[in-house]
Amino acid sequence: MNGFPILTLLTVLPLVGAAIALLSGKHARGVALITALIALAGSLLVWTKLPADGSIGLVERAAWAPSLGIEYHLGVDALGALMLVLSAIVTLMAVDASHRVHHQPGLFYGLILVLEAGLFGSFTALNFFHWFLFWELSLIPAFFLIKLWGGPRRGPAATQFFIYTMAGSVALLISFLAIFLSTGSMDFGTLTAMASSGALGQMVTAHLGNVMPWLAIGVLAGFAVKVPMIPFHTWLPAAYSEAPSPVTMLLAGAMSKMGVYGLLRIALPIFGVQIAAMRTPLLVLAVITVVMGAWAAAAQKDLKRIFAYSSVNHLGYCLLAIFALAIPVAGTAAQNNQAAALNGVILQMFNHGLTAAALFWFVAMIQLRSGGLRGLEDFGGLRKAAPVFAGLMGIAMFSSLGLPGLNSFVSEFLIFRGVFPLSWVAASVSVLGLLITAAVLLTVIQKVFSGPLPEHWAKFPDLHHSERLALAPVIGLMILLGLVPQLILNSVNPTVVNLLAHWRF
Amino acid sequence: MTPLAGYLLVAALLFAIGLGGALIRRNAILVLIGIELMLNAANLNLIAFWRYGPHPEALTGMMFAIFSIAVAAAEAAVGLGLIISIYRHAQTTDLDRINRMKG
Amino acid sequence: MLIQEGAAAAFHPQIAGPASFAVRNLWLVPAVPIVAAGVIALLKQPRRKLSAGLAIGSLGFSMLLAFVAFAHVAAGWASGVAVRETVNFTWIQAGTASVALGWVLDPLSAVMLVMVTFVGLLIFIYSTGYMAHDENFTRFFCFLSLFAGAMLGLVISNSILLLFMCWELVGLTSYLLIGFWYHKPSAAAAAKKAFMTTRVGDVLFLLGMVWLFAQTGTLLFYNNGAGSMEGWALGGLISAHAGLGLTAAGAIGLLIFAGAVGKSGQFPLHVWLPDAMEGPTPVSALIHAATMVAAGVYLVARVYPLMQAGAAANGTTTALIVITWIGSITAVFAALIAIAQNDIKRILAYSTVSQLGYMMAGLGIGGVAVGMFHLITHAFFKSLLFLGAGSVIHGCHEEQDVRHMGGLKAYMPWTFATYAIAMLALCGFPLLFSGFWSKDAILESAKGWEISKGPYYLLVFGAVLTAFYMTRQVSYVFFGKWRGHHPAHESPRVMVLPMAILALFAVLLGLIGTPAWPWFRSFLEGHGAEANLSVFGEPAFLMLLGTSCIVVFLGIGIAWWLYGNRSPAAEEPDALEKAVPLVWAGLRDRLYVDEFYDVTVIAFYRAWARVANWLDRRVWGGIVAGVALAFRGLAHLDRLIDESWVNGGFDKGCEELSTGGGLLARMQTGRVQTYLRLLALAFVVLAAILIWSSRP
Repeated sequence: MNGFPILTLLTVLPLVGAAIALLSGKHARGVALITALIALAGSLLVWTKLPADGSIGLVERAAWAPSLGIEYHLGVDALGALMLVLSAIVTLMAVDASHRVHHQPGLFYGLILVLEAGLFGSFTALNFFHWFLFWELSLIPAFFLIKLWGGPRRGPAATQFFIYTMAGSVALLISFLAIFLSTGSMDFGTLTAMASSGALGQMVTAHLGNVMPWLAIGVLAGFAVKVPMIPFHTWLPAAYSEAPSPVTMLLAGAMSKMGVYGLLRIALPIFGVQIAAMRTPLLVLAVITVVMGAWAAAAQKDLKRIFAYSSVNHLGYCLLAIFALAIPVAGTAAQNNQAAALNGVILQMFNHGLTAAALFWFVAMIQLRSGGLRGLEDFGGLRKAAPVFAGLMGIAMFSSLGLPGLNSFVSEFLIFRGVFPLSWVAASVSVLGLLITAAVLLTVIQKVFSGPLPEHWAKFPDLHHSERLALAPVIGLMILLGLVPQLILNSVNPTVVNLLAHWRF
Repeated sequence: MTPLAGYLLVAALLFAIGLGGALIRRNAILVLIGIELMLNAANLNLIAFWRYGPHPEALTGMMFAIFSIAVAAAEAAVGLGLIISIYRHAQTTDLDRINRMKG
Repeated sequence: MLIQEGAAAAFHPQIAGPASFAVRNLWLVPAVPIVAAGVIALLKQPRRKLSAGLAIGSLGFSMLLAFVAFAHVAAGWASGVAVRETVNFTWIQAGTASVALGWVLDPLSAVMLVMVTFVGLLIFIYSTGYMAHDENFTRFFCFLSLFAGAMLGLVISNSILLLFMCWELVGLTSYLLIGFWYHKPSAAAAAKKAFMTTRVGDVLFLLGMVWLFAQTGTLLFYNNGAGSMEGWALGGLISAHAGLGLTAAGAIGLLIFAGAVGKSGQFPLHVWLPDAMEGPTPVSALIHAATMVAAGVYLVARVYPLMQAGAAANGTTTALIVITWIGSITAVFAALIAIAQNDIKRILAYSTVSQLGYMMAGLGIGGVAVGMFHLITHAFFKSLLFLGAGSVIHGCHEEQDVRHMGGLKAYMPWTFATYAIAMLALCGFPLLFSGFWSKDAILESAKGWEISKGPYYLLVFGAVLTAFYMTRQVSYVFFGKWRGHHPAHESPRVMVLPMAILALFAVLLGLIGTPAWPWFRSFLEGHGAEANLSVFGEPAFLMLLGTSCIVVFLGIGIAWWLYGNRSPAAEEPDALEKAVPLVWAGLRDRLYVDEFYDVTVIAFYRAWARVANWLDRRVWGGIVAGVALAFRGLAHLDRLIDESWVNGGFDKGCEELSTGGGLLARMQTGRVQTYLRLLALAFVVLAAILIWSSRP
């Protein structure tokens, strides 16, 4: 128990920033930048204050509505803290990337900060009610950001995004109401303990009959939409491509992680047994997400849609590992397989957030320079006009395709390392995803950066100094995490061991 | 000694006359007088109940009536004041023509 | 035989036991060029001299360290110790398992280190001349340095993961350097093709790696008996079954070999290597002849204990048999195609593919020493050939078609002399040249292979073809009359000097691997070498020598008879084309392998991309649209009900309420007496109720 309520302050901070940004009109960007920077510093502080044994630390507890099982219960382990850091980084990048918001800048930056608060809240909440509040809270600013500042087809995209996620949330809520009615608790820790002792299933069955599998399906549906898992992903390409690029960065970089986080914090601990029972169909869906996501990217002609589908593919690896490890095991070797997979998942969440956000940032800069063009066939030979641009975006793309020495490789290696012994068929089919992603991204490089430089792009401006300065830390972080992943994994691994010890499949 | 019923009968009669006056007359002053009559009927009742009550030796009933008369006097003064101000405003004391309370 | 080992330690390399200076600082060998690459990347384009200096200086430093390391191993060998020193450390921890990295110094890595740094340095120097006029000179040296660092890292890896990482990095630099002239669409396409084709092998390699890790619990090759290439782990791998009659060792071995097939351009993944000639010629020499493509061979040599694990009585395993056959088929297949190529670099590229097939076959049949010896000698003479080709291209003003050359021996004497040496070494010209000894070792072991004589005949046939296509090329380029447009000129000294040095080694290297003094084999296998000249008199050797002579002279003779000094016009059909036009067309079109992939793999990829997109838009999107439509229909229905019933009832209620309100409002007359009446009425009612309720 830490006397200083740092997590609460961290969640409130963006809301305060949002209020100030709303009122400060033209200076909103500055306010947002400063808020995001402070939030990043705060989240890093949280990261350094984690308990060494991987348990949940920085706990804040207060009664809220005890009769309804609602409690103000905050706390983070390495998983939550890493997501805090990621959200803070991606928000900072998104604010930095949104240069020319002429239409109501105060509202724009305010909404972005509210979104950050939603992310912070849902990554620190340990009570379902509290968590759900922030989960939904993050949806509202995202909806308005797409709806008000999006591309030409933003209306349907925003509505589809909102309705789709909402439908998932409803399924989630119903499942949890059932759990609450049976157990009287909404606390993740309590429910996890009940699930691992088997009491949860008995209580639910005693109260409501044999509905546990349906509850698990409801919860999974809520998260499957958010991640997304094929076939619950159709909102994604539209939302990602119609949203303004900074918002796409937030959607891909941080919000999609809420789904994976939910699977790890809620679905696996509480519905482990049910998920283990459904493991094979879930694995099939995960493999489909990996392979077909990549393949669908291959058919796209729009850079944003390409990266959107490649996002589906990358988060598919997370799903693959999560479902593969949902199996009862015995013995150190088998537990190590699970641990490798789970380490991989958590690291992959971070890496994908960083890389995807960077890629969408580059697309934003391409659009800024070309007057809004982002088709695959619109460009060519840009490497000659903008060598630094091509070089840095190339690094981000190679990070995305999992080149060793860059961040994503480590997580993908750990995922395959863990998944192969747990389900060698799924792993073997999923490597197709690695191949196809590589083909897709190399095609992008080939079409956009190679070949003869057309006359009208001869003046395509290279990155100027402020952009280089902003991108350097991101690219640097990719390289750093590729070479020294223990910066993250040293803290994550104890949490992984701790989590696995509490899960029952 | 006159039985209690006699006093009550007189008081009821007085009350009825007062009520009738208050309801029927159009002149505001006469309505006020009717109301005074009703009040005095009530006072008569108070004294009667006290005198025939369980503790006639205490002066409670008398005190009650005196207070009531004092309040009635004050009320009459206020009432008359109101009537005068209404008269100044409307140039009449005919209550049927004064309907400004309708909002 | 005494094996020295370092121990694993946590996080920072901590040296336990007898770790020498050489092995402690071995990491500097790859690190220095990589750091140099990073520095060059930050330099501005005009800093040409500085960037070239940095690249050459760093690689020179690496070469010195490599020599120190080699000397250390050689000194150990000389004193009867088979050196194998390792430094291992935990990179990351997953659960209780550690993902370990490390490096190893043993004869294999020492030999490879010396070769890569030495050949690399010469090619770096050559490049300063060859690329002198290129606008992206600094970037070129940045990539070259990065490549050198990654390749050296690959060589010293003691962890299959570190090896894989470097393996991918050399793939990346290969991609970058093939596409160095990115403004040419063909170069960009070739770069992508190279990366993708090798990646097919790489993902299988990845699977093999994670399988090996899961099965043995370690990524390290050698770790005081706990490594995956050591007894305990191998025992476990042999006893585990993987289906299809394979042991786990065999299956993992084949998966790893798949990686080598991709990287070393073995059939059927050889298609990228000839296209890779789009890159600058020094790149072809360094990456696509001497080092990176040989990394596949090196990989197989590195995991040879795994390949060999559980060998049957005839000394071979399924994995080794597959390697042998793939190698032999590649050797002949590529040599056949090389005959009908007209691009000077493409001929050499197919020749490289073919020679890599020899190395693989050598590994499969004869073991590490046989394959590695050919790797080393080939690295020298093949990079020399490429440098010579580069010199020719340079001298002929970027002409690459051999039919537009001719008679160059007069214009470019140095180039001709060195090229001829390398060509004879490649053909395996008896006794004098290194290629003869290394190829002979392969043929000799193939002849004695118990499984099948097929590879032997294939390899012998391949040797005839090799002599044939090289003679054809040389006579086209250097003999006859000059058929080009501008007069050719000799290359500058900075290019000729490295060629001369390489030529020297193309001859001398044979000395370390003759049957009379098989130093190379004994060095790698860790036993003493004795000079025994009498071997040359043995009938087995003489017989082999005879075969070799026949093979080489047959190839050279036929080719000379067909092409020698003829100098046909460029448009004239090839001599062989006149004889067998159909066969020629097939060979010229590379036996249609690319076309086959186009209509199968690539067509499948495109089709599935379309299917995935269709599924997305029509099926998944369609379901969503259907649900949306249903909801919209429901909404309309709802509105209908609302408007007719619900709204009607509501409106009625409202009306009644307002009527009632009007009635009540009428009571508020504003007349005091009305109120008074109401009061009186209420009073009466109240009194009545009271009386009513108080009745007895």
